[in-house]
Amino acid sequence: MFDCLKRTLGASLLAGALALGFASGAWAKVELTMYYPVAVGGPLTKIVDGLVADFMKENPDIDVKAIYSGNYNDARIKALAALKSGKPAQLSVMFSIDIYELIEQDAIVAFDDIVETPEEKAWLKKFYPALMENGITGGKTWGIPFQRSTIVMYYNKDAFRDAGLDPEKPPATWGELAEMGKKLVKKDAANRVERWGVMIPSTGYPYWMFGALAMQNDQVLMNSAGNETFFDAPGTVGALEFWLDLGKTHKIMPQGTIEWGTLRQNFLEQKTAIMWHSTGNLTVVKKKAGFDFGVAMLPASKRRGTPTGGGNFYIFKQTTPEERKAAMKLIRFLTQPERTAEWSMKTGYLATRPDAYETPALMDYVSKFPPAAVARDQLKYATAELSTYQTGRVRKLLDDAIQAALTGAKSPNEALSAAQKQADRLLKRYR
Amino acid sequence: MSRAGSTRVHLYGWLLLAPAAILLIAFTHYPTGATLVHSVFSEGTALRPSTFVGLENYGFMMGDEVFWRVVGNNFWFAVGTIPASIALALLMAVWVNGRLPARGLVRMAYFTPTILPMIAVANIWLFFYSPDIGLIDQVLRLFGASGHNWLGDPDTVLGCIIIMTIWKESGFFMIFYLAALQSLPPELEEAAKLEGAKRWYIFRRITFPLLMPTTLFVLINATINSFKLVDHLFILTKGGPDNASSLLLYYIYEVAFSFFEEAYAATLTAVLLAVLAVISIGQFAILDKRIHYR
Repeated sequence: MFDCLKRTLGASLLAGALALGFASGAWAKVELTMYYPVAVGGPLTKIVDGLVADFMKENPDIDVKAIYSGNYNDARIKALAALKSGKPAQLSVMFSIDIYELIEQDAIVAFDDIVETPEEKAWLKKFYPALMENGITGGKTWGIPFQRSTIVMYYNKDAFRDAGLDPEKPPATWGELAEMGKKLVKKDAANRVERWGVMIPSTGYPYWMFGALAMQNDQVLMNSAGNETFFDAPGTVGALEFWLDLGKTHKIMPQGTIEWGTLRQNFLEQKTAIMWHSTGNLTVVKKKAGFDFGVAMLPASKRRGTPTGGGNFYIFKQTTPEERKAAMKLIRFLTQPERTAEWSMKTGYLATRPDAYETPALMDYVSKFPPAAVARDQLKYATAELSTYQTGRVRKLLDDAIQAALTGAKSPNEALSAAQKQADRLLKRYR
Repeated sequence: MSRAGSTRVHLYGWLLLAPAAILLIAFTHYPTGATLVHSVFSEGTALRPSTFVGLENYGFMMGDEVFWRVVGNNFWFAVGTIPASIALALLMAVWVNGRLPARGLVRMAYFTPTILPMIAVANIWLFFYSPDIGLIDQVLRLFGASGHNWLGDPDTVLGCIIIMTIWKESGFFMIFYLAALQSLPPELEEAAKLEGAKRWYIFRRITFPLLMPTTLFVLINATINSFKLVDHLFILTKGGPDNASSLLLYYIYEVAFSFFEEAYAATLTAVLLAVLAVISIGQFAILDKRIHYR
């Protein structure tokens, strides 16, 4: 014990002396601090630590401290607090929708201002355009996609067989969803529901699920400048009416709100035949499902659609040119096709660029486990996640409106009109 | 005493006070003052520095629907949790103070909820309450009821949170009552018994009045807790559906760290402080006169 203490003390003294001695030296190491969040279960911290260790082996002149910092909200709070305290991180993974907040705080630099070589400029174009939507505003790229997801439909093939449906034909339209849902509902002798048709979570991130429904009704929720929302557009109202009707009219979903955190358990215990959830759950569902399950794209009303989700890399403004260069090196390393493919296989998150799906490892994985490709195939229908100036407040307005409608406190039209009015008031000064 | 001697005594006294005083000033009084100052300034960003706006933030608060909703929720949460958890605590304390087999075990069992972290508790209860697969629904199913969406229904969600909080709190308050009960002199009860008093009469006229100092202490703690316990909301409901279970402190957290409106968060905090100050002063002023301290 004492020995150990002495050794640590000695080491830190030595490190201190070294730092003093060499801080100004030409061969000082570049030190990077990076915060990153984890939003779904699983050993993600270990995977990130492994990737960072690989990077440092290849780049001995760069020292990276990757710090796990809770969920997306915590990561943003920590990064902004570090910024205010004068000891900022150089780069971080944060929610892709934090972009306007970070720009307003004057906290980040655009990648366009950092890239130098033609090769680096080309690198900016290597990612899926749908994943870049949340990272681009005002013609500049501020965020590089890293842990990104979409919503997909998980369905229980055994339940489909049980209900006399073709397990290889999941619902492709809203009409089919309602119709098949009715067949999938199973009741016991006392007319109590034993298995629901479908569950769409409405706590935690209701606006995210709703973004999918609205997109399917051919309506986006906001403009790309982030200063206008379309909450009371007919397409948006229609989407909320459909969501409400799943429980109220079709009786294939429990009424009231559905908990995000326990939904996966509901699906695994076969209390619902279909659930809509993040692709980030794929690996866990694969490990734990005691039945035959499938993954499909979300159904369409006027078209298919889903918002993207997840975290992007940002580089902070308070950095030296050397640090920016090192940060770029790290981000480019972590987004190489092979690494992205590895990340995707271990987590279920998307591989963020098309050439990652052409690596032998991921091609092999997809051929053995086709659900892994659903999120990628769905990307061509994807749109940005709700993100505006004053994003926390605007998001909450929509969340509250959705929950008010689903619990029957207000009609969809009423709830969304009120939310739109308040969002207009908040966003007026950004136009 | 000489002048130098008196100075030394003063210095000595101040030195003894210093550690506590420094901590209190740095972490209680200064933040309180800073909060009040922040609440009369506008929100500043990197591009728009904050300016003095007087009571504008308070005016905004008066028109904020969500604010009134959480105040109402908090009122019902306090009404629901405080009397019930105190009554239950007293009942349990009297129960485990008597002679019963495996008394230590029962005491420990009652105290267990207290030692669990609130976040862990909320995670457990999340699965109790979850529709169809949850414990409560599975038990109700035995009696023929169909599943209910406990946390997803605005009519039941606050009740669910109140019940969980009572379960969590009363064991803690029980410990105080138990300690107080054991310090009561047994002669009083024996004398009353000789006079032929019934058990309920003894409790009502002797035991309970003697426990009043503890009751005041517990009451103040319970009141403060009803405003400051919000950890479970992060796990259970996030204040939803549609703010039906949001409490004042949780709303302050949302405003400060989700909306990043520090000025408005400071305004709400000032209101919370004022409410708590008024309640505690009231309790001390009114109840203190009616309490017998030995």
